[in-house]
Amino acid sequence: MTEVYDVSYIERTRDYYRAQGYEKDYVWAHNTNTPFAPLSKPLNECNAGVIVTAMPDTGEGRTNRRVYPTLSSPIPKSMYTSELSWHQSVTHTEDIGSFLPLEQLNGLVGEGVVGGIARRFYSVPTEYSQGNTIDKDAPDILNHCHEDEIDIAILVPL
Amino acid sequence: MSLVARHLEANGIPTLIIGSAIDVVQHCGVPRYLHSDFPLGNPCGKPYDKDMQRGIIGQGIDMFRTATKPNTSERTPYEWGENNWRDDYSRVDDNNREELSLRGEKRRMQQQAEKAAGVSRSSMIADG
Repeated sequence: MTEVYDVSYIERTRDYYRAQGYEKDYVWAHNTNTPFAPLSKPLNECNAGVIVTAMPDTGEGRTNRRVYPTLSSPIPKSMYTSELSWHQSVTHTEDIGSFLPLEQLNGLVGEGVVGGIARRFYSVPTEYSQGNTIDKDAPDILNHCHEDEIDIAILVPL
Repeated sequence: MSLVARHLEANGIPTLIIGSAIDVVQHCGVPRYLHSDFPLGNPCGKPYDKDMQRGIIGQGIDMFRTATKPNTSERTPYEWGENNWRDDYSRVDDNNREELSLRGEKRRMQQQAEKAAGVSRSSMIADG
């Protein structure tokens, strides 16, 4: 029986790149300080946004990796995940609720735990280039959050 | 995704990451992190297990209320079941070393072609 341990994805990715002949190891983002914003209002008054690394399951979403806003309702039946580094040999992404928590958040809104769900959720590409994420995608997502009056954000990397 | 969370948080929007790559997220440093100890792909719960998904999102949402400082991490109480996936992800051994080497050569050619065509975005290459 396999031992239970936390998989080191940093090590696995490093070894995988090396095996493919890449000489320079990827340098993962690392910070010594982390920002923190406390809740500014009760949860049951907060508008919740969702951000996911899956792309829209559309012609453009499949071919053009960028930030996409998509309406939160109706909940999409599928998302494009084939190009992401999830564990494709042991699981699948056919149930969107396993990585895009809109249905479960709807339930929490109905119970009065959360105030509401933002009218759109956002796709953000996983990037080799941290510069693309920091300089382009993160500011784009922040602008969308302001447009949709988001108070709290739930981010789900696959 | 951790970098996006940090940017939103620095601009006043509280964030929570629900994920399964704990070392990557904690290496970057994020305000709030809920760890699903699952194979990559289903951090919000096993496919079609609505009760588990409800439990995970409920625990995560509660962290907005309970976390008082950055780098707050929790784990969900759920287990995947069998654990072979831990050894399996992006495994490199004698069975695939040659194939990976060839794949790398092919990818570098593709990257050169993309660069020549002005494509500035490139995804991570690890896969399952």
